[in-house]
Amino acid sequence: MNKSSFFPVMLVAFAIIVVWYSFTVVMNLPWEKSVAERSGTTPSTMTMIRNTLQQERPVLPAPHQVVTEVINTTFKKKVTSKRSLVYHAGITLSSSMLGFFMGTVLGIVLAVAIVYNEALNKSLMPWIIASQTIPILAIAPMIIVVLNAIGVQGLLPKAFISMYLSFFPVVVGMVKGLNSPDRSYLDLMRTYHASAAQTFFKLRLPTSLPYLFTSMKIAVATSLVGAIVAELPTGAVAGLGARLLAGSYYGQTIQIWSALVVASIIAATLVMLVGIIGDWVNRRMGLAQSTPSGAH
Amino acid sequence: MASANPEIIHRALEKGAVTAVRYRFMERLLLVGAGVFGLLSLVTEGRLLLGLCLALLSVSAYRSIKHSRLLTAALTGLGSLFTAYVLLSFVDAVDNPAQGFWFQVIASWLLAWMCVEQLAAIKTLSRIYATALNILIPVLFGVWLLILWELLTRGFNVPQVLLPAPSLIAERFVESPHILWADFQQTFLKAVLIGYALGCGAGFIIAILIDRSPFLQRGLLPIGNLVSALPIVGVAPIMVMWFGFDWPSKAAVVIIMTFFPMLVNTVAGLSAAGAMQHDLMKTYAAGYWQSLFKLRLPEALPFIFNALKINSTLAMIGAIVAEFFGTPTVGMGFRISTEVGRMNVDMVWAEIAVAAVAGSLFYGAIALTERVFTFWHPSNRS
Amino acid sequence: MSDKQHPNDAVINIDKLSLTFPSNDGDVHALSDIDLSINRGDFVSFIGPSGCGKTTLLRVIADLEQATAGSIDVNGMSPHEARLARAYGYVFQAASLYPWRTIAKNIALPLEIMGLKGKLIRERVQRNMELVDLAGFEKKYPWQLSGGMQQRVSIARALAVEPDLLLMDEPFGALDEIVRDHLNEQLLKLWAQTNKTIVFVTHSIPEAVYLSNRIVVMSPRPGRIYDIIDSDLPRDRELSIRETPEFLALANRVRDGLRAGHSYDEVA
Repeated sequence: MNKSSFFPVMLVAFAIIVVWYSFTVVMNLPWEKSVAERSGTTPSTMTMIRNTLQQERPVLPAPHQVVTEVINTTFKKKVTSKRSLVYHAGITLSSSMLGFFMGTVLGIVLAVAIVYNEALNKSLMPWIIASQTIPILAIAPMIIVVLNAIGVQGLLPKAFISMYLSFFPVVVGMVKGLNSPDRSYLDLMRTYHASAAQTFFKLRLPTSLPYLFTSMKIAVATSLVGAIVAELPTGAVAGLGARLLAGSYYGQTIQIWSALVVASIIAATLVMLVGIIGDWVNRRMGLAQSTPSGAH
Repeated sequence: MASANPEIIHRALEKGAVTAVRYRFMERLLLVGAGVFGLLSLVTEGRLLLGLCLALLSVSAYRSIKHSRLLTAALTGLGSLFTAYVLLSFVDAVDNPAQGFWFQVIASWLLAWMCVEQLAAIKTLSRIYATALNILIPVLFGVWLLILWELLTRGFNVPQVLLPAPSLIAERFVESPHILWADFQQTFLKAVLIGYALGCGAGFIIAILIDRSPFLQRGLLPIGNLVSALPIVGVAPIMVMWFGFDWPSKAAVVIIMTFFPMLVNTVAGLSAAGAMQHDLMKTYAAGYWQSLFKLRLPEALPFIFNALKINSTLAMIGAIVAEFFGTPTVGMGFRISTEVGRMNVDMVWAEIAVAAVAGSLFYGAIALTERVFTFWHPSNRS
Repeated sequence: MSDKQHPNDAVINIDKLSLTFPSNDGDVHALSDIDLSINRGDFVSFIGPSGCGKTTLLRVIADLEQATAGSIDVNGMSPHEARLARAYGYVFQAASLYPWRTIAKNIALPLEIMGLKGKLIRERVQRNMELVDLAGFEKKYPWQLSGGMQQRVSIARALAVEPDLLLMDEPFGALDEIVRDHLNEQLLKLWAQTNKTIVFVTHSIPEAVYLSNRIVVMSPRPGRIYDIIDSDLPRDRELSIRETPEFLALANRVRDGLRAGHSYDEVA
């Protein structure tokens, strides 16, 4: 976000909050009306509107309710408590980070193998590209349950899902990046009679870095989604996904929204961190600051 | 255009010369390995005839290397498929397949690997031939993956709840077309398609509406970019509470997931036309709508199709995952989560196969439409 | 054609025109005190080093840029009115053809925008394609054509509007010399056939001298006119005219002007 867009962004964000509040009133009003009807009282409209903003299980919680819940469950609870969002976020974050790390390493290794082996490039690469078009997340419950059945529990099964999800964008981006040097750059290395390793470390690897970080931004976001979804089938034990599921079981809308807000903050922070590291590495490498993007 | 480009020929020859030594070494190693494993299976207990057959195949393929890649590829490819067929036919007959059996599996697999290496190393300038190779190689790879999966699960007696053999999944697939079709209808035809159309449509229309207001664009774009990175599937429980268990709540999740990528891409696409193109429209004194329809929308098409492609996968994920939070007793996500609970893993795999086929066909259809509409784009020109 | 008095049937009148861009290190004087009138049927070239404002001046005539001081009229109207009346055709440095339209549809583009109907469009497209020797390429796409052919299409597209005035901004700058010579010859032929007024921006001395009957030599910082040279070469020219003493004398005068403008800049 540059300076010129600061004011517009603030204004749009403000507009979103205003709309949110008005929806809160509209969506929660029927409940207030029915309460009043049952008790036979006729409270003033203002009282009813005020009440819509402080229901215990609102259809749509007001922003301040969500913020209060987030603050209560992050700062005012011990981090080891099961009611602390920090505890749940930590569980989700650790499995998604482990998976993201494994997926990235695996993706880079496989991309190097694909670039240097024509047989792998022609046999494996089409399947990797095709698998980006299918909803891989659908197998998450099965992997969790099956791994549970053979005794693998805890962090690792969820990390496997995150690894699996972050692995594909990294392979595709890295293969593209390693193949991105121009013909003339490769020819230059040939005139130096550079070895394959020299060409790799001095040319292909540096030119691939912008592509790597672009795909790592996608990978880190999907790895978090993977970890959250992976927490669903084991029956809501711990983690942000579990908070979502438990909230939906018991109609605790405020709990759902606060879990969602925390998940969003984590996702945005992770993507931003990868972006900042990527920009820094690109600058150090003397490459263009802009990462490859756009339609193709 | 493709047949007589001297640079391509030059590069192909050059690359061949550089890698030839490595290939020959690799090839010999693969075939020696296949031969050794074939012979080993003779010493340990195994099918005598098959072991001999494998060893013989390896030797003749070894002899054929210096004559023709195609001959070697045919020998190893057909040989590996034949031996795999024999292995598959008696894998159940052996109660606990012994060393010899696995030696033969390894030998047969090494032959297949050799075949892929050979096919991948063939340099051709004929376009049809090259396309055929580009299809044949991954297909061969996929077939061998299935063969190994089948042999390993059945040979090692892997419990069905862990990983069912492909043949069992196929059986389940054929047995339950009604369930699969009903799930497909519920999840894909209703939730995915309707949500996708509404989400993409809304994103596109909002992008056009804010097109004339740079202020709104500067405000909405960073927020849109941010939201695109968030775990939006998390809104699923809320949507289920608001819109009930049936497909409308899933369609709502899909709408939210597909809206932002479409908005961001369309806005970016509408500003893709260059300054000179804008000046040209200005010299014609073209109005806003004229330059929108004649210049900026065509220029934005690659971006819009990019969003359509990203969204096709997102829509499938959104609809399936949203079903984990509650559905009527039908739907692909519902089926996956309940059958996993009942340990009917073969049904889960059948459902995943449907999801995979539906997802790639959906994506393929959009990619094909894209080629029709953006044939002029540098990435599509032939 | 105008309520003002223009000697020699002037199409473009520029009077004490200046254009200043504000920037962080003070104002940039892109154009300063330009006085120029261009007559009907003239072929006028603007020549000068980069930064002398020759393209900016052309863009002011086309109303793609607005002057900050002085006055200008085109066909007796303000440039803005002239643009709305589609009084000129503009050829850019790059062909800037739409890749999703065929050659014929590209030439039809301005006509569609003007709201012309099918039959009229087809006739005009056909006529202008023949004018630039491209008949038979209607159904091709721009990216299937060579650079020189693409630039001819963009000239045909500018002509399709049927303007009296043709503004060309280094249209052959990106082409190789052989193709450029060929297109120069064709452009001269076209000028003779249609008798249009052409304003042509270039940085090539031979091109300017070969094509024009008036050469405007410009110099940078601030962008201004250094010299206006009237050429007395016959209108009917062959490429071989470039070896004649008359041609070389004109070229030397242009070169002297460019050099003088340049040294002035270094003193200032």
